[in-house]
Amino acid sequence: MTNPRGDGLPEAAWAAILARHAGKPHHLLQALREIQEACQAIPPAAVARVADALGVPLARVRGVIGFYAFLTEQPLGRYRVLFSDNITDRMLGNQELLAALCEKLWVEQGRMSEDGLVSVDTTSCTGLCDQGPAILVNGRAIAHVTPQRLERIAKLILAQTPVEAWPEELFAIEDHIRRRDILLDHGLKPGDALRAALARGAESQAEQAATLEEIKRANLRGRGGAGFSTGLKWEACRNAPGKIRYVVCNADEGEPGTFKDRVLLRAYADLVFEGMTVCAYAIGASHGFLYLRGEYRFLLEPLNETLARRRAAKLLGSAILGQAGFDFDIDIHLGAGAYVCGEESALIESLEGKRGVPRNRPPYPVTHGYLQQPTTVNNVETFCAAALIARHGGDWYRAIGTAKSAGTKLLSVAGDCARPGIYEVPFGTTVRQVLAVCGAVDTLAVQISGPSGVCIDASEFDRRIAFEDLPTAGAFTVFDQSRDMFEVARNYTHFFAHESCGFCTPCRVGTAMLKATMDKIADGHGTPYDLAEIEKLDRVLHQSAHCGLGHTACNPTLDTLKRFRPMYERRLKSLDFEPAFDLDGALATARRMTGRDDAGAHLSMESEA
Amino acid sequence: MSESATFLLDGEETPFQPGQTVIQAALAAGRYIPHLCYHPEFKPHGSCKVCTVKVNGPGLGRFAAACTLPAQAGLEVASDTEEINDLRRTLVQMLFAEGNHFCPSCEKSGNCALQALGYDLEVMTAGFRHFFPDRPVDASHPDILLDFNRCILCELCVRASCEVDDKCVFALSGRGIDKHLVVNAESGLLADTDVALTDKALEVCPVGVILKKRVGFAQPIGRRRYDPEPISAQALRDAPRPPTGAGRCAACEAEE
Repeated sequence: MTNPRGDGLPEAAWAAILARHAGKPHHLLQALREIQEACQAIPPAAVARVADALGVPLARVRGVIGFYAFLTEQPLGRYRVLFSDNITDRMLGNQELLAALCEKLWVEQGRMSEDGLVSVDTTSCTGLCDQGPAILVNGRAIAHVTPQRLERIAKLILAQTPVEAWPEELFAIEDHIRRRDILLDHGLKPGDALRAALARGAESQAEQAATLEEIKRANLRGRGGAGFSTGLKWEACRNAPGKIRYVVCNADEGEPGTFKDRVLLRAYADLVFEGMTVCAYAIGASHGFLYLRGEYRFLLEPLNETLARRRAAKLLGSAILGQAGFDFDIDIHLGAGAYVCGEESALIESLEGKRGVPRNRPPYPVTHGYLQQPTTVNNVETFCAAALIARHGGDWYRAIGTAKSAGTKLLSVAGDCARPGIYEVPFGTTVRQVLAVCGAVDTLAVQISGPSGVCIDASEFDRRIAFEDLPTAGAFTVFDQSRDMFEVARNYTHFFAHESCGFCTPCRVGTAMLKATMDKIADGHGTPYDLAEIEKLDRVLHQSAHCGLGHTACNPTLDTLKRFRPMYERRLKSLDFEPAFDLDGALATARRMTGRDDAGAHLSMESEA
Repeated sequence: MSESATFLLDGEETPFQPGQTVIQAALAAGRYIPHLCYHPEFKPHGSCKVCTVKVNGPGLGRFAAACTLPAQAGLEVASDTEEINDLRRTLVQMLFAEGNHFCPSCEKSGNCALQALGYDLEVMTAGFRHFFPDRPVDASHPDILLDFNRCILCELCVRASCEVDDKCVFALSGRGIDKHLVVNAESGLLADTDVALTDKALEVCPVGVILKKRVGFAQPIGRRRYDPEPISAQALRDAPRPPTGAGRCAACEAEE
C-alpha cells in the first residue's frame, strides 16, 4: 500500500498531490491539507518531500503546519475526534460527552491512545451550533451528538471501521431555515443576475460599470460585520492598477455561533457563485477563489459539482454567456483550522499558502491583495445580495431595511431557544422580535455577532439589528436566566487565546494572560486585583493589537463585566490580592505519579486562611 | 514631492521624505521612538508594537505602530506621553513575562535591546505572572548556541537569513502563545542547517537567542553597547543606515 520511503502516503496519492501542486509555493497549504487528510498527519519524510517539490524552505513548511490547527506532524491516531467547543456546545453537554468518549476509548484528552488508534480533543466552533453538540471525525462533521450516537461512534472506532464506511445518516446536516425573505426566497435561476448585468450593456467600460453603480445605489454594506460599502470596495479595486484582478469569497466562517454561510454554501451555492461572477464582471476580474473553512470540508464536493455545472452552462469559463472577453473561473481553497484567516489580509496570506498572519495595512487588498494584485474580498452573504441587486436594481434593494442599513440580514440563531436556525430579517428588526420568533423565553442575554461582537442584557432588547445600532456578522446566541455569563466570557477568552496568530505582542501575550486570569477566578483564587488586571489587559489589547482579533478579544470580558459584574464578584475572595501561582495546582503532577488524590495530597488554601 | 512636507511629533514639526514611515522620519530627524522589532536595515515589521503612537489628524484618533504608519503631511503624532509610555512599559513587561529572561546570568546582558529598553522605560518588575515556558536550547552546532528562552519573536533573524543571507535558516512555527522559532533542517537542529558564522542573521538578534560560542564575555560587562549610553541614544546613532535587506531567496514573498 504505502511507498518504501516511509512517508506513509500511497504512491498514487503522492502522484496526484504533486501533479496539482509541484513547483507552486502558493499551494503549500493545499498540499499539506491533502496529505493530512490522506495520512491523518504529515509524516516527517513528507515534510521534506513537499518542501522539495514546491520549492519552499523546510522550516517554512513546518511553520505552516504549526500554524493551522488541523495540520499535525505528530501522529494523532487513525481516528481523530474533535469536539466543537463553542459555548453553545458546552450548554448542550459536550464536556460530559467528551469525558464519556475518552473513557469508552481508554484515552486521555489531547493524547493519542497507546495503540495509535484514536485521539480525542476539542476544537473551535465548527459552525453547527443549531444542531450541536457537534464533532469532527477525521475532518467529517457529525451533528446532534447524543450519548446513544456517541456509543455507536465509539463502537465503529473500536471495530476500526473506516470513516468512509460509517452509516451516512451519522453525517446528516440540516439547514434549519426558519424565516425567509428576499434572499432566501430569491427565485432566481442560475444566470439570471448575470444576464441582467450584461443587459445593462457590455460594449464599453462605462456600460460594464453600470452594475457597479447599482451596487453603490443599493447601499450594500459588507456582511462580514464591518459594514464597509461594497460598491466603494469594488470601485477601488476596479480602478487600481494591476496585471490581473481577483475576486475572493470569504467562506472562512469562524466566528463562534455563526453558521449562515454553511447554509448558503449548501442550499444557495449557485447564488454565491453568481454574485462572485457579477463582481468579476463589474470590476474586470478574471479569477476567483472561494476560501472555505476546513470545518466545512463536507461542502467541497457539492460545491465543485456546482462549479462544474456552471462551467457546462457557460456561466463560468471563457466568454461567459457568449460575451467575448468575459472570462472568469473560480477555485476552491480550503482552510485548516485558523479563525484569524477570516480577516481579509490574513485570508489572502493563507490563499498564498502561508501562515495566516494579517498584513500591515495600508496597502489594502483592493490595491495589493492576492499576489499583490487588486483583490476584492467579500463575505458569502454579500455576494448573494450582490446577485439580487444585479437582477433587481439598487433602488429595489435600498427600499428594504433602514436608511443606513439596506436589505436583509441572515441571523444564525442558537442557544437557549426553541427553534435555532437561520432567520432572514430586514435590517431594523429588534432583538426582541427575533427572540419572540425563535421561541426564546426568560432570556438573560444575547451575544450579537459572536465573541468579537457585543453582549447585551434585557434592558437592551429593543435595540435593532443594523450597522448604526447592533452591527453583526450574523451570530445571535441566546442565554437564558440559568446561564452564568462569567463562564460564557471565559469560554470566549479561551477561544481568542487559542486563535491568536501570535504575530503581535499584545495579542499573543495578552490573550494568554486574559485566559489565565479568567481561569484563576474560575478556580476560586480571584481577587479584586484580578478584575483590575482584566481591565488593564483589555486596554492594552484595544490600544495596540495588530488586527481586529486582538482589538475585540477583550469584548467578552468588557461587556460582561459591565453588565453582569456580580457574576464575577461572587467568585472573588475578599482579599485584595492572591498570588497567581497555584500552590495546590503545582502538586498535580506529583499526585498523578503517586496515584493519590486524597485530602493529604492537597494543600488547602482555605483551611490555612 | 516637496522637501518641506512635515508632520507633528509631540508638537514639533518633523520633516519626512515620501515613502518614509513615521519612525523612519522621526529617527532621521533625531527624534527617538522606542522600538524592538524595527531595524533600520529591514522593511518595517510591526509586530512588537512597542513603537505604538497615538495619531490625530483629519478624521483620525487612533493608535498605530509608528514603524508601519506612512508619514503624511499634517499628521499629529503623540509619542512621548505618559499614556503611551505606560502602554510601552506594559508591552515590555509582557515580553519579559512571556519568555525566560534572567539578566544577571545572561551573557548578552548589557548588549540586549530588551533589557536596555526596560531600563529606558523604567520597567521595575515584570508586573505579570511569568509563563515559565519550557524551551530547550539547541547546542548542536559547534560554533553557535540557540537559547530560545530569550526569544521575543521579532523575526529579525528570519528576515535577515531570507533576505540577506539567501538561506532561510530560521522560520516561525506554532501560533499564539505557542509561536516559536524553528530552523531549516529535517532534524530540527541548527547543526544540520547551512548557517555560517558570517551570516547577517547572527548579528541581528536584539536579545540573547543566537550566540556565538566561546566569545560571550570577551567584552566585559561595563563596556558593553548599552552600558555607556541608553538605547535611545544608540538608536539615533544607528538610524541612517542603508537597507541591506535587498537580497531575496526564491521562495520569499512575490513582492516588488
